[in-house]
Amino acid sequence: MLYDIFIDPFVQMYEMPDFFLQVLWEGFVAGILYALIALGFVLIFKASGVFNFAQGIMVVFAGLTLVGLHENGVPAYLALILTIGVMGVLAYGVERVVMRPLVNQPDIILLMATIGLTYFLIGFGEFVFGGEPKQMITEELGLPTGSTAFEFGERGLVILQHIDIAAAVIAVIMVAALGIFFNKTRIGRALRAVADDHQAALSVGISLNQIWAIVWFAAGLVALATGIMWGARSDVSFALEIVAFKALPVLILGGFTSIPGAIVGGLIIGFGEKIGELYWGGLVGGGIESWLAYIIALIFLLFRPQGLFGERIIERV
Amino acid sequence: MNALVTDSSMTSAEAETQVERELLLRVDNVSLSFGGVKAITDISFDIQKGEIRAIIGPNGAGKTSMLNVINGFYHPQEGTITWQGKVRRKMKPYEAASQGIARTFQNVALFKGMTTLDNIMSGRSLKMHKNFFWQLLWRGPAEQEEIEHRRKVEDIIDFLEIQAIRKTPVGRLPYGLQKRVELGRALAMEPELLLLDEPMAGMNLEEKEDMSRFILDVNQEFGTTIALIEHDMGVVMDLSDRVVVLDYGKKIADGPPEEVQANQAVIDAYLGVSH
Repeated sequence: MLYDIFIDPFVQMYEMPDFFLQVLWEGFVAGILYALIALGFVLIFKASGVFNFAQGIMVVFAGLTLVGLHENGVPAYLALILTIGVMGVLAYGVERVVMRPLVNQPDIILLMATIGLTYFLIGFGEFVFGGEPKQMITEELGLPTGSTAFEFGERGLVILQHIDIAAAVIAVIMVAALGIFFNKTRIGRALRAVADDHQAALSVGISLNQIWAIVWFAAGLVALATGIMWGARSDVSFALEIVAFKALPVLILGGFTSIPGAIVGGLIIGFGEKIGELYWGGLVGGGIESWLAYIIALIFLLFRPQGLFGERIIERV
Repeated sequence: MNALVTDSSMTSAEAETQVERELLLRVDNVSLSFGGVKAITDISFDIQKGEIRAIIGPNGAGKTSMLNVINGFYHPQEGTITWQGKVRRKMKPYEAASQGIARTFQNVALFKGMTTLDNIMSGRSLKMHKNFFWQLLWRGPAEQEEIEHRRKVEDIIDFLEIQAIRKTPVGRLPYGLQKRVELGRALAMEPELLLLDEPMAGMNLEEKEDMSRFILDVNQEFGTTIALIEHDMGVVMDLSDRVVVLDYGKKIADGPPEEVQANQAVIDAYLGVSH
């Protein structure tokens, strides 16, 4: 038994390095997708202190809108632009209808409001696009399909899906763009200002309403990118929403307020659950992938309650 | 009693200077309450262009509430605010800021994670107009604008003598410097009226002297009108042109510093008498 837990998995890793590498790659890709979802959460949490329960459904909604538009005869790229527009309208609407009337309410009320928003989006999405899973329009969007196999070692083989490579590249570009936007522009500075101190931001004439609309829009764009990537790997369906809650352990690991934290947290969870599933999962009958992430997060909580990169909790007395 | 104080404070010389100066802001019969608690009761006073106006009073007198009314954080239940000749019931913070009212806070409200430079730059938010689209591109016009405003900010940094901490996250700075950065952020807005909520609280003598000098310079060099709340009577007497005194949310005196200082009601309020 002890041998199975502490020695055998490592022997396997050593003996079949190609398989191990494949597992690492899978973990990396999953991690990047988790990181993207977590990024959406972080954006909104930073700027408004709201835990946006609806981030998961926003991913689904964005994906559905894109595919739905295309199914109705809209060319793929036009559909993409229109979907971006829809996310903009959604952001504006949320700010107008949900955030503005509830400003200064306790966090728990805002959380409840986003839960309400979740169910609204589920209902609305099903009403407009139907409830069946849809195929992502990967090829039409010019995203690569197919795969490349690399020989590794003597008889090993590592297979990389092109779409996964594209996902990784797009995620990196997105994070870099957000980084520049946050650090170098007036609106980015205003975003950080709002995240830091609402009252002070108001006093220099930053409009909270405008900033909130912008962060929700940014979160919407991140959701769209996630929706496309995730949809390309499986389907676009409402089941994705559940997967999106994998972002929770990611956030616990990375800290709710840190963009680098979301990325590193996503990767740790991605690697952790793939390696855990394939090397240790067999011991308990498999299927540990769905809950291992939460266990990792719980263990982390014991040591760093603020997350890896979260703001340090200092109470000045 | 109110009438008595204002009447007696009107020497002929005083009356002349008051006529000369233009009215920047006037509050009339403002009352503000939170539930059953009355924070401000029927207060009226004015601020003239170019003066340094002090608001003093014991703790809990309603001084900060008054500033919050002026810059729109609180909306009074009664009364009006006349800003540059326009009468309004309430201000919105965004409105107040865009029409030239800047402020600092009693317990320093800076963006702690950001550098001194970014903090002061954020004060220029309203002066920068390139839209979201250019901001996304960042290059081109938006970058040009950024450089232009950066120059202004550097002037402020020079003025406040904080060159050395330009790139330091303000959360790491000592309290006195944080207050100075906060003043810088307010100055970056090029305000008509600068509201300072206890700009010298918690400072040592030297820091107080520095801050006093900056306040006087801002007033004299840029012609900025200043309204300040301060507990240090020495500072108030030295800096201010006119003083309004609040106690328990009511105005008990209004006039030039020497007169207010000699006013019996003010002395009572500070020393405490049995009512």
